[in-house]
Amino acid sequence: MNTTIDSKILKEIQSHLESSYPHEACGFILGHEHKDHRRITKSIEVENKSVENQRRRFIIDPLDYMKAEKQALKEGLSLLGIYHSHPDHPAIPSIHDLEFAQPYFSYLIHSINSGKLMDSRSYRLQNEKFVEEIFSVPVSRNSVTSEAPILKPLEARNQQLPLQGAGGKKRKSNASTILT
Amino acid sequence: MITIFIPTPLRRFTSDKSSVIVSARSVTEAIRQLISAHPSLTPYIYDESELIRKHVRIYLGEEDIREKQGIDTLLKDGDELSIIPAIAGGSGRLK
Repeated sequence: MNTTIDSKILKEIQSHLESSYPHEACGFILGHEHKDHRRITKSIEVENKSVENQRRRFIIDPLDYMKAEKQALKEGLSLLGIYHSHPDHPAIPSIHDLEFAQPYFSYLIHSINSGKLMDSRSYRLQNEKFVEEIFSVPVSRNSVTSEAPILKPLEARNQQLPLQGAGGKKRKSNASTILT
Repeated sequence: MITIFIPTPLRRFTSDKSSVIVSARSVTEAIRQLISAHPSLTPYIYDESELIRKHVRIYLGEEDIREKQGIDTLLKDGDELSIIPAIAGGSGRLK
């Protein structure tokens, strides 16, 4: 699984998430898919509607979800997934992310440490488990790589992910594997 | 006729269709027709007790059917139902 994100879009997401710190912020990612490769070309910010602790939770209003779906159809794009921040926590899916995880979607999780983006990772459910995607910013003549957020190479990961996922299937909680 | 909007994560079960047309007089009848035509959707809509899953919302137009008569909500020709997965998460324990 391979997902790329246009540098401009990643910077827009970074700006949204950093300005929302210390609260979690969220939005949608849209773009194109060809075979197993996804390219994110658009993001849509949405309000975090959580009425619990917004530093630890996000909820997207169902009507905001519908608007994003319809915008994707209108613009000939695919709704590829969700982005959200983990303020002062690693960019690793939590048990709460797992509980609500949907098949097909890419989940971009961004670690914001003291208001600054530190790490961005993307995950997808595969056989009901979260699997980290190869996630990168394509290099172009117009990209300013020195200003782009650093995306750590996949092989540098050594954290364990939650083992079970996917909406719609019976699953067991495995809290011992959750790091957050 | 009733149009049921299918969210992106579930379109692999509807041959990539973003909407399915059914003929139904209530929400429950519409959902049952949808499932009948696309049985692979079943575990993503119903739980083991055959109730609508906790993390699935069904909207009639822009209204949550839970604020109407739930799955017994009556439909009329031209209505649009939407199946909406609850989108939520978070980094860790509440403090």
